[in-house]
Amino acid sequence: MSVAERMAGKRICICTGSGGVGKTTTAAAVALGLAARGRRVAVVTIDPARRLADSLGLERLDNEPRLIEPAHFAGQGIELSGELWAMTLDAKRTFDELIDLLAPDAATREEILANRIYQELSSAVAGSQEFTAVAKLYELDASGRFDAIVLDTPPSRSALDFLDAPQRLTGFLEGRALKILTAPTGAAAAIAARGSGLVFSALRRVTGVDLLTDLSAFFRVLSDVADGFAERASAVNRLLGDPATTFLIVTSPEPAPVEEAIFFRRRLREAGMPFGGVVVNQVRMLAHAAQPADEPALAADFGGDADLAERSLQALRDLRALARRDAASMRRLVVELDDEHPILVPQLDRDVSDVAGLVAVQRFLFAARRERSALLAERAF
Amino acid sequence: MDDLFARSLLVVTGKGGVGKSTVAAALGLAASRRGLRTIVVEVTAREDVSRALAPETTGVYTELAVSERLHHISIDPQRAMEEYLSERLPVGVLAALLSRSRLFTGLTAATPGLRELLTIGKVWELAQHERRARGAERYDLVVLDAPATGQALAMLQAPRTFASVARVGPIAKEGRAVASFLGDPRRTAVLAVSKAEDMPVGETLQLRSRLREDLGMDLALAVVNAVLPHRFSDHDERTLRAAPPSPAQHAALFLAGWAHRQRTQIARLQQGLQAVAIVTLPFVFQSALDPAALELLSRELAP
Repeated sequence: MSVAERMAGKRICICTGSGGVGKTTTAAAVALGLAARGRRVAVVTIDPARRLADSLGLERLDNEPRLIEPAHFAGQGIELSGELWAMTLDAKRTFDELIDLLAPDAATREEILANRIYQELSSAVAGSQEFTAVAKLYELDASGRFDAIVLDTPPSRSALDFLDAPQRLTGFLEGRALKILTAPTGAAAAIAARGSGLVFSALRRVTGVDLLTDLSAFFRVLSDVADGFAERASAVNRLLGDPATTFLIVTSPEPAPVEEAIFFRRRLREAGMPFGGVVVNQVRMLAHAAQPADEPALAADFGGDADLAERSLQALRDLRALARRDAASMRRLVVELDDEHPILVPQLDRDVSDVAGLVAVQRFLFAARRERSALLAERAF
Repeated sequence: MDDLFARSLLVVTGKGGVGKSTVAAALGLAASRRGLRTIVVEVTAREDVSRALAPETTGVYTELAVSERLHHISIDPQRAMEEYLSERLPVGVLAALLSRSRLFTGLTAATPGLRELLTIGKVWELAQHERRARGAERYDLVVLDAPATGQALAMLQAPRTFASVARVGPIAKEGRAVASFLGDPRRTAVLAVSKAEDMPVGETLQLRSRLREDLGMDLALAVVNAVLPHRFSDHDERTLRAAPPSPAQHAALFLAGWAHRQRTQIARLQQGLQAVAIVTLPFVFQSALDPAALELLSRELAP
């Protein structure tokens, strides 16, 4: 099945997988293909390569989708009958906007935004990109402006961070722990059970009083928006599990990303999240019928250059070794992911981070099965 | 490389999928071969490195010997926290109580940057000549298999940030000590691993400018992984193009074009990094994490 078929009736497509497998390019190509098929699409990229950003006109970092001029794709053999909107996520700004939205009043908002812990730590740490990505997704979906949204996911070492992000950030805010911590220091000891009072004084001893004061101020002001956060997180979770949402697992045929893809599939299943299929990028295809090497004939083709013929045959042997390794990865993916027909995108003999590269990747993603087989066979070794 | 092996800590980072773990393991192997008591540190509970170095050993948060002078540890922030507490609180019971308390685990999970701080704090502890951990021996070299660029920068930044937020108290004091250790080029070196591709090269250049601008540090070395051999000259390519299509011709042109694009990216990296040294590692036409391949790469890095 092509991405077009897998996206039928779906509104949200989340591209996930480990770092360096071409998630951003895949997300952009999925969005491009959908726009070419008449849909009004927004793609949210996390950290696109400069050239991809340039080719999509993403240099303006205003944290809002921008309509990409169809002129960007002129002469590339693709016609956008829909609309393609794109943005790059700004985690810090999305967080600020969320505080802005959820703070009960201006004073609370100012206090959170001015808190030093919030300022210095909210954008740089693990988890904040994941959380803000889904928050942005929710916001765009709720706006009703788009009939499809494609989300690229942050370059976590482990793609799993992405699924846990909403809970991790809000879990604490909802808990009893926060209530104890955010009560005035004296009261905390009195109100809390004996154990907690002891805990609090031990805590002060190992962190230092100032840090604790700043931290409790941070959590106290955040507790004012805790209900909003919790509500938002459960809405986001509902959206992730919605039948109109689909997760595309993106991988390369390298062993480590393949293992991560398998692990992520298991997690999706456990979390009851909808799995839309697997995209394998940068595949070297193995030709079924290898012709026996005829070095003299090849040398004749090369104007009698026997050395070049030998080196070319070595190149063929090397690429076939890679292709066999890739084929083994693919067999493993088919078995472990229960996706009979992974969408394969071959390693192309060009850069994929410009417009032409994007269009080329899009062709593989959206080609119907027979057409794709033919395209892949052309590139086999 | 001798200059690098004279430091206490090598931080290995780069874009996802470039082979950071492989390079970290290869560096560890090379250093131990030179007689340095070395530990390779992973920061998540994944054990790629230990699997490559010694497939049958596993273990999280234990300093494991993989060979005579080579050790491995996987740092879990929760365990780092427990260790930190037990060193600071005179009563063991109190430390245990604290680390089991829901308030405390909630706090450590929710405080932004704390995981990073605890992790880099433990890395620092491993690199000290006088180890704080009870009964621990010193290492000559710590090789940190760090997370991808953005998270690695957050980790390097964390001690500094906490030192400034906390101002006084134990965290401020330790934050300052760790920050000054990381910022001292005689003790800490940051290595970027890249591939000769557009995006990893872009990220390496970005890493360097952020190291310089945000942290006052610099890149000590860039390692370009999986570089293809230069097998076909321009003349060869012209001959290949003129020849009738055949599988070998197709394969040769494909590899020639790929190698060509790699050279363009390496040139771009050289130009962007200027004074920073670059070493290349050869493309391995098989899984890069098997012991024989690792040995080969470690000899490429430090013959």
